[in-house]
Amino acid sequence: MKKFGFKKLVLFLGIAASLTLVLSACGNNKSSKSSNSASSNPSTVQQIKKRGTIRIAVFGDLPPYGWVNKQGQRVGYDLTLARQIAKDLKVKPKFVQVNANNRVDALNSNKVDLVLANFTVTPERKQVIDFASPYMKVSVGVVSPKNKPITKASELQGKNLIVTKGTTAENYFTSKQPNVKLLKFDSKTQQFNALKNNRGVALADDNSYLYAWVKNQPKFTVGIKSIGLKQYIAPAVKKGNKSLLNWTNKEIKTLNNKGFFEKDYNSQLKPYFGKEVKPEDIIIK
Amino acid sequence: MAHSGINVLFEGRNLIRLFGGLLTTVEIAAVALILGLILGIVLGVLRTFPNRLLRFVLRLYLEFFRIIPTVVLLFLFYYILPRQLGVNLPANEVATLVFALWTAAEMSDIVRGALISVPKHQRESGLAIGLSRWQLYRYVLIPQAVSLELPATINLVTRVIKTTSLLMLISVMDVINVGQQVVEANNQKYPTGVFWVYGIIFVMYFAIDYPLSWWAKRMDKKRLERANG
Repeated sequence: MKKFGFKKLVLFLGIAASLTLVLSACGNNKSSKSSNSASSNPSTVQQIKKRGTIRIAVFGDLPPYGWVNKQGQRVGYDLTLARQIAKDLKVKPKFVQVNANNRVDALNSNKVDLVLANFTVTPERKQVIDFASPYMKVSVGVVSPKNKPITKASELQGKNLIVTKGTTAENYFTSKQPNVKLLKFDSKTQQFNALKNNRGVALADDNSYLYAWVKNQPKFTVGIKSIGLKQYIAPAVKKGNKSLLNWTNKEIKTLNNKGFFEKDYNSQLKPYFGKEVKPEDIIIK
Repeated sequence: MAHSGINVLFEGRNLIRLFGGLLTTVEIAAVALILGLILGIVLGVLRTFPNRLLRFVLRLYLEFFRIIPTVVLLFLFYYILPRQLGVNLPANEVATLVFALWTAAEMSDIVRGALISVPKHQRESGLAIGLSRWQLYRYVLIPQAVSLELPATINLVTRVIKTTSLLMLISVMDVINVGQQVVEANNQKYPTGVFWVYGIIFVMYFAIDYPLSWWAKRMDKKRLERANG
């Protein structure tokens, strides 16, 4: 009996030890990350040109920014930009589909060279990756029924405003407009249903979502197009990848001067957003 | 609601794309299972050997892959190991590797269990007539163990196939991932499309897994009939 117990103990210790080993290896990578990227960076402009392909992380399920049409082709505002970047580098693009949660990891594990996936610039993200110049801006908008439109934040005081939990809209109204009563929902579908059922006088969300939504809802209008701070969407590269970062910054500037983003807006976003939105609301001049 | 949601499947190349995704799923599962089952049988046999160190190491391997959730394993192999070791495999290969190692771990325990549940007198009789260790396994233990381990193995196979739905996490374009693309691309036009897309994915998985579990049941019944006369 005694021997049996001892064996089990050894086994347990062994497993614990090997797990610790693995976990400590994961912990280590924070300290080694900086040295890694400096010594062997497979994503410099030179390396990309040598390889002949640029690996770009994109969304596959977020129309109209990055999605797959019924012919199975990747299309969208981000995708048009991605193809242009590949063309200007004179390499082929290779798309890696990511979701919102693994955009940072894809960069840091050298799975991709560049992220073009509706990536909002935030101070937290800036600490782990590098953002190039932004190519799009979004901000919080407020949608309301056409017959009782809300056009100023002051009209919302003391009334019910519908938001989705965890969005920039919720954040903004909680901290900056404490007199507005918030009705919080878990999903986009729920929040829009609540607005249709008159549970609140208006609904706040990222304005680009709202533009796309009102296009199919003739009874509603985006009364406040932009409120609070603007947020920027930018390409991202691995932290310390100066070579590709500088190249991308230059590229965005050139494309801007050529009016590329306006063309991109007109071909990809306009069909979704409708006439109420001007390209200037979304693209950066 | 002029459109019926089912039409989402017949727009453009949607259905072909879903089948393409299914092919990726089946390919990864099949290669992983073939490699994993072979490796698992070898490891399972090794685990019935008296060498203590060997048994301990293999037990460690089994527990490692059994305790850690598959999601974590995929993440570890795809995102974290490359950073540490500098090996950068494509997503499909990482997926096959992880699933093969996982299958091998689970299979080794099934084989070990089957081998030690062959009645003791069989082993002793074999040794008594002077069989070597190799002959003992080849002619006495393994043939009897095979029928014992079959139902559990099929169960493992269906589990592995189902678990491939986690692969979208590491950017593999499997059937679930393609399904999500289709759902999101058609959200505006077909609000009820999500039901049909996931519905057909359900049918696809069912069509693969059900025959396997039916076969397992049949094999088990046959074995019992043989054993109990």
